[in-house]
Amino acid sequence: MSVKSLFSPLDAIKFLFKKPHTVRVPYEKKEPATRYRGVHVNDWEKCIGCGNCARICTCQAITMVPIDTIEPKPGTTNLRPQVDYGRCSFCGQCVDICPTGSLKLSTEYLIVSPNREDYVFIPNLNRDSGPGTGWESDIETHLLKFDKEEMPERLPEERKKDFDPVILGFADEQAVVEGYRCLGCALCVDGCPTHMFIPEYIEKIREAKYKDALDIFFKNNPLPEICGIVCTHNCEDACIYSWRGQPVQIRYLKGFGASKVGNYGEVIKVDKEKKIGKRVAVIGAGPAGLTLAFYLRKYGIEVIIYEAYPEPGGMMRYGIPRYRLPEKVLRKEIEFIKSTGVEIKFNTKVGREIKLKELLQEYDAVFIGVGFHRGLTMRIPGEDAVGVIQAADFLRDVSMGKEVKIGKRVIVVGGGDVAMDASRTALRLGAEEVIIMYRRRWVDMPAHEEEKREAKDEGVIFMTQTLPVEIVKNEDGSIKVVKYVKTRMVDRGGRRPEPVPIEDEVYEMEADTVIQAIGQRADYSLLNEEFKGKIQLDERGTRIIVDENGMTSVEGLFAGGDVVNRRGDIVSAIADARKAARGILKYLGVR
Amino acid sequence: MKTRYFEYFIGPQHPGVTGNMSYHLWARGDEIVKMEPSVGYLHRGFEKLMEQREWIKNVPMVPRICVPEPDVNEILYAMGVEELAGITPPERAQYIRVLVLEMARMAAYLFYFGGVAGALGLYTIPQWTIGDRDYILDRFEELTGGRIYHIYIQPGGVRRDIPEGFRERVLKLMDYLERRLKDYDRLMFYNAVVEKRTKGVGVIEKEYALQMGVTGPNLRASGYPADVRKDDPYLVYDRLEFDVPITGDGDIYSRMLQRRLEFEESIKIVRQVLESIPEGPIMVKLPHPLEWKVPQGDVYVKVESSKGEYGYYIVSDGGVKPYRIHVRGPSMPHCFQAAKEKIVGMRIADVPVMIFSLDICPPDIER
Repeated sequence: MSVKSLFSPLDAIKFLFKKPHTVRVPYEKKEPATRYRGVHVNDWEKCIGCGNCARICTCQAITMVPIDTIEPKPGTTNLRPQVDYGRCSFCGQCVDICPTGSLKLSTEYLIVSPNREDYVFIPNLNRDSGPGTGWESDIETHLLKFDKEEMPERLPEERKKDFDPVILGFADEQAVVEGYRCLGCALCVDGCPTHMFIPEYIEKIREAKYKDALDIFFKNNPLPEICGIVCTHNCEDACIYSWRGQPVQIRYLKGFGASKVGNYGEVIKVDKEKKIGKRVAVIGAGPAGLTLAFYLRKYGIEVIIYEAYPEPGGMMRYGIPRYRLPEKVLRKEIEFIKSTGVEIKFNTKVGREIKLKELLQEYDAVFIGVGFHRGLTMRIPGEDAVGVIQAADFLRDVSMGKEVKIGKRVIVVGGGDVAMDASRTALRLGAEEVIIMYRRRWVDMPAHEEEKREAKDEGVIFMTQTLPVEIVKNEDGSIKVVKYVKTRMVDRGGRRPEPVPIEDEVYEMEADTVIQAIGQRADYSLLNEEFKGKIQLDERGTRIIVDENGMTSVEGLFAGGDVVNRRGDIVSAIADARKAARGILKYLGVR
Repeated sequence: MKTRYFEYFIGPQHPGVTGNMSYHLWARGDEIVKMEPSVGYLHRGFEKLMEQREWIKNVPMVPRICVPEPDVNEILYAMGVEELAGITPPERAQYIRVLVLEMARMAAYLFYFGGVAGALGLYTIPQWTIGDRDYILDRFEELTGGRIYHIYIQPGGVRRDIPEGFRERVLKLMDYLERRLKDYDRLMFYNAVVEKRTKGVGVIEKEYALQMGVTGPNLRASGYPADVRKDDPYLVYDRLEFDVPITGDGDIYSRMLQRRLEFEESIKIVRQVLESIPEGPIMVKLPHPLEWKVPQGDVYVKVESSKGEYGYYIVSDGGVKPYRIHVRGPSMPHCFQAAKEKIVGMRIADVPVMIFSLDICPPDIER
């Protein structure tokens, strides 16, 4: 044994002065790491009760329990996750799939109790260790994709030259990718006016079972491809992804699915010959009228549609320009509905060729489904000038193929979808400069975001907070200049801030054409004197009031679409028509 | 009646680092004549459980197949699913994965040293090594949010990026561990008791090891150079410089020393990774995970774990859940073949040392 080994035990003395690994005196509390996965924290305000956390939990530690004190907002539930800490493995996948980001794991990890029940609780914000700590939901590392699949569209320079469709449609693989984003939470179903079974059909579409998808579409929408292109997609606004990212493009997925089936008749079977001896007259071959006709034909009720114009489609044909809704699609779906045995009498305006009273006597029930074809005027001096036109008339004339004269500089007044359609149509007809004048701000425009964006891309100039006050005429009656003022926004506590004109400074702009797109209303000439008092209208006299069956205050007279609902879009018309169809079936004692 | 054997049981109560398992021993005097290992007391049935869960839901479950080194399961599951689905994880994620795997290897080796030394009755060593392992776990906690089960690697990449200051702290830890190795050497590898008890004991010969399917450090300790990281490189191991040391005696001491030498290589790898880790994304987004259908096919993926070759055979029938997953844990041949036969003839006191020296872990046998 060497001398060295004799002394080597003394070497251990150096450890006397080292900090020990574990127990330290005085006691030092172990602080968990910032990212530590401890117990759950849930922000009840943000949580919508979708249950995805419970679905992904591999330990089945999460159950959704209803909370009585929570008043669920539309499209959400009052369910909140309850966690069983006997099962939870603190993996944090519930956090990574939480679409709203309400759930997180805090750095708190101690639950000490002699009672078993204390280990099962409904997390709220009580144990929150503060923002920036714990395992938090993060869009970058989220299990879900918050970015949508971009819909391919033609370039603005190219597309503004003709009336061919702007969007090109999804490729197959794009539809699958987009379809797989859907969580199946069904919040969108509440958003859709006609409550389409969206998660179900998206599942079929991503599996390429288009015929099954079509079957699901037709349960509550007989115009799926049209809606798949031009719907106002309230469903997407309700989509859970829209809270933090871009919603699933439900509309385009539906359009994609429907476009994959060439002949609906192969999938949707309606007996053309079936007649049960009941007859219903429908006024207007628009979305409401066509929908009603389809659902009544399924029960063998004879349907005769009276249409004032020479082609079917109503506002879908005469309000929406062809670059948004191609003729081919329009024809395909309307022809299918016609093929179920619906008779359409064209160029027959009720109130002119035939009286409403006669229809009521002749048929078992009558449905009014007319659109808002009559434009409102600005009520400013000089609007009778030649070249001041209505957007509704303008779009209709273009759709009908009439020759429409349009000047070099076109001013469109208004900020809704009709204003966008009118301005973009004017561009396509060869206007060199199209200016949209709108009295509120860009964000207040009722037009949809993508419509606004597309119009801007195509070169439409937006003048917001601008209000025309007078149109000065030339001697020949044509427009000389448009006088306008700017406005400022004043919040009066209403839904939107009010525009107040700044009267001091009046500007002038030369223009060749002024298109008014400030709103439309129905042509109620079909309700002649006899019905004026009988049919109950709302206080402004623009809409017909119907009961829960879609029936007006006149027995046997039903109504739906623009004349009934405030939204004034296709899908709401379809929803109304379905309601009225149920009402008529009940009224006639069929179902 | 003449007493021919004494029967002894080690386990099934937790006999140490290995987890609950039972060794049924028959001894004549101090000499073992028969050993019957028995597993199935904990962490069972993963393969079947995995068939009943969507692909993403298996991510939190797979690490439980191995407690001391859970990350190999995560990486294998992720690699297998990625290969089936045709996903390539981003470069940065691959580097982070190597970092995690090597840190886990070191943690497992520290645990191993403690286990063997504990079985020898030298309790200072486990106190030191398990204490030092905790410093690695601290870094894991910082990176992954968990200390033992990290649930960090998932198909498509890793779940979170490296936090700020993490790199420096890991480098500091590496320096510390490197310094500590000298202490371990003096405490353990130049320790007369350890040498006496382990040198020439429990020898597994090279040919025998190869026949029995022994892999990893146990095989290298028998003198056969085989390492999945070198032979069939996965992730970015082919871009990293490291050696595979070979000891060749095949005894318990050699198996310990083998791991001690590999520990240094792991430190080397971690330093390289921290130096060369590229910037960029850390994950590829999967389709909606609960509806995700992995394309039909089957794949075998393998990695070098601290125990040996770890493999997953994954079969997908194109559904939302795996059709079958087979886990090839390294402990099965180590326990049921090598240990079972080599323990015969040993003294009772050497049995735990032998078991721990082979790093047998019951969950990956009864998975």
